[in-house]
Amino acid sequence: MDNQINFTEEQSMLLDTAMDFCGKNSTINMVRSRLEQEQSLPTELWSQIVALGWTGITIPESHGGLGLGFSDLVPVVEAMGRNLMASPLVWSAISARAVLLGGNEQQKSHWLPKLASGAIATMAIVEPDGSWLLEEPESVGTINGDALTLSGTKCFVQDATIAEVIVVSVKIEGEARLVLLEPASIPATALTPEVVIDETRRCYQLSLEGIKVPAAQLLPVTCFTEIEQAAILLLSAEMAGGHASTLSLIIEYLKTRKQFDRYIGSYQALKHPTVDILIGLESTRSHLYHAASLLDDTGAEVSDEEKEAALRMLKAVASEGFAYAGDRAIQFHGGFGFTYECDAQLYLRRALWCQHQFGDETHHRALLAPLLLGA
Amino acid sequence: MSVNELELEEFRQEVSAWLTENNPGDPGFLLPESFMEVGTDAQFEYLRAWQRKVYDAGYLGMSWPKEYGGGGKPQVFQDIVTQEMARQRVPFMTNTIGLNWAGPLILQRGTEEEKQKYIKGILNADDIWCQGFSEPDHGSDLGSAQVKATKDGDDYIINGSKIWTSLGTYAKYMILLARTSNDGPNKYAGLSFFLAPMKVEGIDPQPIKKLTSEYGFCQTFFNDARIPANCIMGSEGEGWAVAMATLMFERGNVGGQAGGIAMMDVNVNDVLELARRSKRNGKPALDDPLIRDQMVKLLIEARSNTLMSSRAKIPALNTERPSAIAMSGKLRSSELKRRFCQFALSLQGANGGRFIAPEAVDGGRWQRIYFNAFSATIGGGTTQVQYNIMGERVLGLPKS
Repeated sequence: MDNQINFTEEQSMLLDTAMDFCGKNSTINMVRSRLEQEQSLPTELWSQIVALGWTGITIPESHGGLGLGFSDLVPVVEAMGRNLMASPLVWSAISARAVLLGGNEQQKSHWLPKLASGAIATMAIVEPDGSWLLEEPESVGTINGDALTLSGTKCFVQDATIAEVIVVSVKIEGEARLVLLEPASIPATALTPEVVIDETRRCYQLSLEGIKVPAAQLLPVTCFTEIEQAAILLLSAEMAGGHASTLSLIIEYLKTRKQFDRYIGSYQALKHPTVDILIGLESTRSHLYHAASLLDDTGAEVSDEEKEAALRMLKAVASEGFAYAGDRAIQFHGGFGFTYECDAQLYLRRALWCQHQFGDETHHRALLAPLLLGA
Repeated sequence: MSVNELELEEFRQEVSAWLTENNPGDPGFLLPESFMEVGTDAQFEYLRAWQRKVYDAGYLGMSWPKEYGGGGKPQVFQDIVTQEMARQRVPFMTNTIGLNWAGPLILQRGTEEEKQKYIKGILNADDIWCQGFSEPDHGSDLGSAQVKATKDGDDYIINGSKIWTSLGTYAKYMILLARTSNDGPNKYAGLSFFLAPMKVEGIDPQPIKKLTSEYGFCQTFFNDARIPANCIMGSEGEGWAVAMATLMFERGNVGGQAGGIAMMDVNVNDVLELARRSKRNGKPALDDPLIRDQMVKLLIEARSNTLMSSRAKIPALNTERPSAIAMSGKLRSSELKRRFCQFALSLQGANGGRFIAPEAVDGGRWQRIYFNAFSATIGGGTTQVQYNIMGERVLGLPKS
């Protein structure tokens, strides 16, 4: 197996810039102040993100983007996760990937330049049964001449109210397909806010009942594998960032809080698990940048199985590690950890959200078994 | 010196064929996995003969100078031999301390006379070497060594004891760290380093029975033992520097070793191979979903360690805690090994309860590897001490 990690000068610069930007523009107080706002991110901050060029990173130059690899988003998203910044960037980028890899020329040249310059896109690919198998949507599309009629329900559609396009999965004649849905086709009552564990996110349920769009809105090619891999990579980047912050939060408390006349960090019962959290973080970041390197490797040297294994391992390691860190962060803060005021809950909530999207560790281990153990 | 690829490929084929033909094969008893586990005369003689055969064929010390018994060839040839030995899983080279630590040290710092005297015997296994660093009361804290060396005419008189001396009863020489003075500005200043003969009166290596019920280590007692004063390496008080140079070889931080494998590599893929041929209640073990999940967990963990090593080489991805990966390396790998050995036993059904015996799975090798795995979770600073060190030095947490 390939052990490569390619971290380019460009990625290194992106990481520095993003750490700096997110550190300034997403302080913990700012994060808290947004919890009850309607939008996950202030409009002016999104404009700054667009101005930094981040929305164009993965989009080819021919379509108005920077033409970098998908992996070049990883340092940016890691920095966002580090500062609990919730932004439409992740789902816009994954939507752009769906269009780039599955759209026809007309769809690509219509949407990609818009997305590169900051139009928000999102995806509706999860359903109420909570299944992680993207290829099996229960929502249905029926083609009638040039019209496509949709039915069914989608959940966890992030930033849906500010998206200029939503990429929706439905089954058409037994085959899972993706449809581009624009706000004009969505009735006002179709979107309802959902209560989710990570309060930094804005998620909506989308009822597809009776929505009708031109059949030309279908993407000719459906690439769930690439979408899942992109989602795993970016969610894990968020987790790596969040994990690092959780560790810092714990360390800070362990160094300043005294009990029985001793700093609690001097107790091995707290010190040793904190080292485990560190090792978990080092492990996640290693898998993260390795998987990122493989994802963009179009050469023949990396097989599809290797890519898949790297990404599933990443999601398993990242999910387990961050959830453990968040869980211990609560416990180690004692009574304070039990309160809403303690920031540990923000991280635990983020960890649990990320853990349960796109497969938790047991799901990915089950899928890794045939890849790693052979027949 | 440049060597062309074709020549190297031909050489690899030659070595490969030689190893296949000359592999000493099953000795009829369970072989040790490393020089630290040699517990019987039969094991020792078998391994010594094998090392000699490899040397006589020209495949050991290939890059060491010809005038002392080496091959005088570019290092790349020796590397090929070492790789092929690992690939074919032939037995290891038993004079490990000599080949990997004492030998390169003598070549680096020794006098002409020392090189003439010691190098060839290291290579052909005539002269077995052992190490006298650790002491019963100073496990990881080498700087506090208390074994005394007192100058008396043309001799030093040695008193005290060293522990974990592998091959102690077979060794002709010991690299010995001893205290020649207590007056220095710090504990390190009074240490000296000796290439000490073992077969002298007053040096008594006593085998220690391990938890495996085997032997393999000694406690070596020094009771007014006289060794020639000229076997000091460097001068009095330079012992710490020489010991540190030795550790650089021991840890593989610098090259110059004679080559050949020093131990039998056991990794998580060997456990996978065991799982493939194991049964759980009559059915293939790898059909059992829980066993599959355990196996996958171990493979992921091993992969994490590999990828951490890859990432450690990229400074831009290690800005926050640059030493975290390196400093946790021993902790991670030794604990993983201990746990995958536990799993290897659990794959054996009721036979997990056997020990070294012909009826046991792989002759009881897994039980023994599991027990011996504690040498790494304990030696070089226990896992628990490593956790404290990580917590304090890497995370900056208060001292326990």
